Amino acid sequence: MMAKKTVEQKIVDPEYLFFEAKREKQFITGSEAVREAVKRANVDMAIAYPITPQSESMHLVGDIYAEGYIKDYFRGESEFAVMSSVAGAAMGGVRVFTATAGPGTLRAFEMFPTWAGARLPIVCDFFCRGVNSPLTIQPDTIEIGFMLDTKMMIFHAETAQDLFDMTLQSFIIAEQPDVHLPIGVFADGFFVTHTREIVEIPPDDIKLPPYDPYKSPVPAMDMETPPIRQMRDPFVMKSNFISYASHASWQQEILAAAERARKHIHKYLGGLIETENEGADILIMASGTAVSQAHEAIWQANQEGIEVGLIKFKVIRPFPTEEIKMIAKGARAIIVPEFNISGWLAKEIRSVIEDNSKVVGAPRVYGGMAMPPELIVEEIRRVAR
Amino acid sequence: MNKGIIEISPGFEDVMPREYIDLVNDGPYGRKLGIDDLGTFKEAIEEHPLCAGCALALALRLVLASLPAIEDTIIVGSTGCSSLAFSQVAIHNIHSLFGNQNAVATGLKRALQIRFPNKTKDVVVMAGDGAIGDIGLETVMHSWFRGENITTIMFDNEIYANTGGQESCMSPKRAVLYMAPTGKKFPKAAMPEVAHAAGCAYAATITPASPKRLGKIVNQAILIAREIGSTYIQIYCPCPTNFKFKPSESLKMAKDRVKDETYLIKEYFSPEAREFVEGLEKGGGN
Repeated sequence: MMAKKTVEQKIVDPEYLFFEAKREKQFITGSEAVREAVKRANVDMAIAYPITPQSESMHLVGDIYAEGYIKDYFRGESEFAVMSSVAGAAMGGVRVFTATAGPGTLRAFEMFPTWAGARLPIVCDFFCRGVNSPLTIQPDTIEIGFMLDTKMMIFHAETAQDLFDMTLQSFIIAEQPDVHLPIGVFADGFFVTHTREIVEIPPDDIKLPPYDPYKSPVPAMDMETPPIRQMRDPFVMKSNFISYASHASWQQEILAAAERARKHIHKYLGGLIETENEGADILIMASGTAVSQAHEAIWQANQEGIEVGLIKFKVIRPFPTEEIKMIAKGARAIIVPEFNISGWLAKEIRSVIEDNSKVVGAPRVYGGMAMPPELIVEEIRRVAR
Repeated sequence: MNKGIIEISPGFEDVMPREYIDLVNDGPYGRKLGIDDLGTFKEAIEEHPLCAGCALALALRLVLASLPAIEDTIIVGSTGCSSLAFSQVAIHNIHSLFGNQNAVATGLKRALQIRFPNKTKDVVVMAGDGAIGDIGLETVMHSWFRGENITTIMFDNEIYANTGGQESCMSPKRAVLYMAPTGKKFPKAAMPEVAHAAGCAYAATITPASPKRLGKIVNQAILIAREIGSTYIQIYCPCPTNFKFKPSESLKMAKDRVKDETYLIKEYFSPEAREFVEGLEKGGGN
């Protein structure tokens, strides 16, 4: 049902909202940071389905719908249905938001390559959680490993501040006419969603410009956008070379669109990675809350006189291949701490650097286990010997 | 839609295909046309790739001719035989996945209400019995529970035809089909009753052997969906390819099944929908 009331907010340039507007410090949870991002994102429609640890964020998005910040909001019947409904809404030419976690990600999985294939600029937050079996609700980043080849863009937030900035900025990056792809903003469940930290946010009386469907590289399905004889998306399934070539080139174009996103990611996120002391002999490369644990471990190692550099991945897709290749050249060892059993980040790094025997795929914790910095320090000591 | 957006730019007339020129000059957009006018205008469906004698193809043609405002109608389809015809249909249509059509239609309809608050955009789901009754039943029923303002049309050929003839929930009991090698063990699913119980304001069954009645049902189902809530139409579309009868006998098959009551013609109204339709018949409507 369309919202009965609307809140007046001034539309401002994305650059002003992201970089210039005076920010105020608030002591809030990651879920609340999502609410604050969506409040300023000029979202037309949000669709929710409960799953721990995501639910609270979409409750809060429901609250701002009731307050008049969003035009339509409802609870769908499953993650598959929700991801389908946001696809329908995006094809109708509006800006949409949703969020899920772990098993919900897998329940909806068929939709993610479909979003990318249909070139829908949907922004979805994923609050990483372990997957069955056995059932767990605890933090685990295994779902990012499953998502790597969906052709969605993948951002990984370390903190609630990252989650706020990445969620808000994703709309503008996703909707660039030369990109027009979905973005998944991932944050580690509970560690980020349910803990409080200081987040700096701009005022809530300003918001992003609206999505403009007439700038889309693919027509909105509204019977207002030519061509009128248009199927989204036409089948290319005949048994002939032209069909195969069409499908192949379509997929290549999706990857090319993600490549074209790099310049926008540099402009808004300041790059795909962040580095500290990147010339050190020993490097830690990590994403999400593993970065925070690595920071602590590096401080402890410094006390022992061991110098360690840190590479934080903010973006996993498109992968920062050239950056990592270059930085890895000077390193003797690359430690990759991860909150999952598969070690997808270590595999990704190994696949792009010249000497992949440098990569230490450890420590690895999963099933909800914490990652004490001492586990990382042990790996540092081992490679420093 | 403003018809201006499909008009041919000066100088391009001779490079546009004949069928496009015909659509612009003599197409159905913005005209009050119906089943009775077939043969007098350029229809929205071009030559289709479905089998000879396919009753679904005829049903689709009749449905397209019965839309109350084709120029502002968007179709959401699903995987199956019907989806093969949609690339030949000259209105916007979506194929997303097998079975998610009513969830996609929900998002689409609501998005169009946000973007065009002062216009009516009809969102119509057109899909097969597998997409609606089996794999997509969850999204179909929940769109009905929520009372979404969309019409769902099932092309019921009682089989997974496009994949070669497997049993669906809409196949008749005892039919021997792929994946039912000793015959189907349970009766045809009672979808009109399911629709009615799930809150559809209107639910009806029909066959393309009754084109005028089909036209009336489609038209009123879409008008009810605009004003009141979800509506459901189930069209029996005999499949000669998979049920092995002569392509020339499809309509006979449809008539015979209705006559011997192995395909039941039904119609359910909510009280509100009944009142609305009576208002239309008195000339007070649309």
